[in-house]
Amino acid sequence: MTFSLANVALVGVLGLFGIGLYGLLTIRNLIKIVVALQILVKAAVLALVAAGHVSGQVHLGQSLAVTVIVADTVVAVIGLALAVQIRRRLGTLDVQALSGLRG
Amino acid sequence: MLHWFLVIGAVLCAVQAIRAARLLISALWLAGTSALVALILYGMGAHEVAVIELSVGAGLVTVLFVFAINVAGEEAIPMRSLVPQPLAWGLVLLSLFLLAGLAFPWTGTVAPMAELSFAHMLWQARSLDVLVQIALIFAGVLGILGLLAETPVWTRERAAQPESSIGSSLSPSSKLRPSGSNGHQTTAAELPVRSQEVHS
Repeated sequence: MTFSLANVALVGVLGLFGIGLYGLLTIRNLIKIVVALQILVKAAVLALVAAGHVSGQVHLGQSLAVTVIVADTVVAVIGLALAVQIRRRLGTLDVQALSGLRG
Repeated sequence: MLHWFLVIGAVLCAVQAIRAARLLISALWLAGTSALVALILYGMGAHEVAVIELSVGAGLVTVLFVFAINVAGEEAIPMRSLVPQPLAWGLVLLSLFLLAGLAFPWTGTVAPMAELSFAHMLWQARSLDVLVQIALIFAGVLGILGLLAETPVWTRERAAQPESSIGSSLSPSSKLRPSGSNGHQTTAAELPVRSQEVHS
């Protein structure tokens, strides 16, 4: 049985998505939550390009993937800024400590 | 065969990024994942995105992580998660099942269509996306400013004081609004003056 390139990429998408989602559900460290988000978004980028490859529109998939990469980078920046400020003010990176915050 | 190695390597790097105890090691494994994903993208003909992923994902984001870890410091947090492990595994498997059910019909052969060039697709067909990206980059600049911002003086002063002394020096109304009604952040030098104004 031979696998096409899109099939191989799809296996990678499923693996990265599962790992990222598991990290998001189980990790309590704020910075590692951003790491898990990054892994999830890499799965999304790979899925977009694989979809473009299969449908014969690689450039459309690429242009969408560029938008996702820019949004992902901004999310990482803002998430890390939040983590640093929370560490400075509360002295911890544990998300459980944030459950005591009141708006 | 090479693509299988790249995919398995990317998944293993992602597993290590999640499992690593130290944050810095985790960031480095994430950079490895990003580099391998960039190679997979290049193999699929998405050359421009591969270069962007390699430079932004493996370069810029890694530098940001190292900087943030350097500022925030390492912290040993117990691995016990808020969500029970069986529930987490169940949700992950359910999502993978749904995703695979949606994705596998794609893998049939599709007749290639006439395609625009990447530059035309990005700058003309998807020009609204470019505008959104510009707005997002401005948001990222504001995020960097937040990352570099120092804690205000009044926050450090109040953190150093015990709760009882803060309560005795400030009235209840001023405790509710320490930044002032116009959003101006109160400095340590202004605090006694403000409390005298409230008492008078």
